[in-house]
Amino acid sequence: MTQSLYEQLGGEPAVNAAVDIFYRKMLADNRVNRFFEGVDMDRQAGKQKAFLTMVFGGPANYTGKDMYEGHKHLIKMGLNDSHVDAVIENLGNTLKELGVKDELIAQVAALANSVRDDVLGRGH
Amino acid sequence: MPTLIFEKQSYQRNPDETVLDCLLRHGVSVPHACRNGVCQSCLMRSTDSDPPAPAQHGLKDSLRQQRYFLACTCAPEGDFAATLSGPVLIQLPARVISVEKLTRRIARVRLNPEGAFDYRAGQFINLARGDCLTRPYSIASLPYTEDFLELHVARHEQGRMSRWIHDELQPGNELAVSTPLGECCYRPEHPEQPLLLVGTGCGLAPLYGVIRDALHHGHTGPIWLYHGSRDREGLYLVEELRGLAREHDTFNYVPCLDSPAAGEADFTARRAHEAALARHTDMKGWRVFLCGHPEMVNQTKMKTYLAGAALADIHADPFYLTAL
Ligand SMILES: Cc1cc2nc3c(=O)[nH]c(=O)nc-3n(C[C@H](O)[C@H](O)[C@H](O)COP(=O)(O)OP(=O)(O)OC[C@H]3O[C@@H](n4cnc5c(N)ncnc54)[C@H](O)[C@@H]3O)c2cc1C
Ligand code: HEM
Ligand code: FES
Repeated sequence: MTQSLYEQLGGEPAVNAAVDIFYRKMLADNRVNRFFEGVDMDRQAGKQKAFLTMVFGGPANYTGKDMYEGHKHLIKMGLNDSHVDAVIENLGNTLKELGVKDELIAQVAALANSVRDDVLGRGH
Repeated sequence: MPTLIFEKQSYQRNPDETVLDCLLRHGVSVPHACRNGVCQSCLMRSTDSDPPAPAQHGLKDSLRQQRYFLACTCAPEGDFAATLSGPVLIQLPARVISVEKLTRRIARVRLNPEGAFDYRAGQFINLARGDCLTRPYSIASLPYTEDFLELHVARHEQGRMSRWIHDELQPGNELAVSTPLGECCYRPEHPEQPLLLVGTGCGLAPLYGVIRDALHHGHTGPIWLYHGSRDREGLYLVEELRGLAREHDTFNYVPCLDSPAAGEADFTARRAHEAALARHTDMKGWRVFLCGHPEMVNQTKMKTYLAGAALADIHADPFYLTAL
């Protein structure tokens, strides 16, 4: 039986390990950190966990519309393709640091990329 | 406009308005203090639906399941019904043993709660006066070596509770204390882990408990305490802490003053959190405790995290004041 991507990555413990590293990279990245200002850190880390669970192919029930609604206020702040690229780059580097194989990293990046249009509000 | 039903009375609630703000706007008096989801003094129970998740942040599982929530962070989407009734937080009577000025601005209050009172060093309680005025104060004592509950209270010139404590509270008076709350506590599982503690003013109170708890448990890793204040009146227990540092090689005490006067050369001339962050640049693997001024706490939480400390290893107690 083949394991799901989420299982191959290590499930929830893997998500938890990634949150700390990924969120730190996002806050330290001047291309995107302004989108994360002024929000309670613990709550924000919870949202990062939702993000990672989703792109790890885990149990998350967001629709394209949810993704649009969730980032609408950021589009007003200038969210565009370059920011999605930065997020996917930080995601890749996080997984590399955790020793994840390139082939799995590519699958995660593809999953993240698949919601690009929803996040940026194209087609809504 | 959504309707809020509170104790069977209806109130019109503005969209996005919290349950607490709505009740206060209508002149309903309900317990509250920090208004930031920290102190839990505004705890209520929903009578018909599950409260929004952010309003249950920090509550124990058992309380969540019974639909308890914090009124100050609860802005539900539509109509909502809430009550104060039910066994909310247990209040225990506590008799004042002593009120002692440590400096002109800081008072040490010792209390004797009635009956068994279990707590961990570093937690806080909500202290209530006879007229129900309630404020959170951190615990500075140790549960197993001290048979009193010790609080450190900074006097605010116009403060309703703190000025009363400084000027009027007498030994023998009776107050009420809530169940102890908060997670700003030492955990003995990793005795080798380096500890950083930063406090401003009475932010020392929980840290004083945590440090002595760590030393009592034989903590072997380095312990760094940075205690800061704008002037000498906000630094207290200086001799006790210097003594503790002489007794324990692992414990380092750095008292800081924003601008030391002549004759205060043995204090670091820098804000406590800045001095700490300048010395400890790699915080990977550290456990961090931050207490006191909310801006200092929140900033330093971010900075120690960026310097490598794991979020789960950072304990932050911002001392939010009650908004006027
Ligand atoms: C988790 C937590 C732990 C805490 N632990 C401690 C602790 O260990 N020690 C400690 O000392 N504090 C602690 N605090 C803060 C404490 O709870 C109180 O907020 C503090 O003592 C002030 O309360 P108060 O009733 O004296 O002031 P309030 O009456 O609530 O007033 C708040 C502020 O407004 C000012 N003010 C009030 N009325 C006026 C007016 N008419 N004009 C101008 N200014 C005015 C006051 O001077 C004060 O600075 C903690 C807070 C939290 C959230
Ligand atoms: C690459 C595709 C992306 C996916 C799959 C994604 C997914 C998510 C998810 C699941 C949440 C949590 C929603 C919730 O539960 O409230 C979220 C929130 C958030 N995302 Fe994204 N996201 C993406 C891209 C981005 C980008 C590019 C940015 C900005 C640089 C961004 C910034 C945010 C912020 C700031 C929040 C929190 C919003 C709030 O505070 O409510 N996201 N995202
Ligand atoms: S938690 Fe609501 S007032 Fe403090």
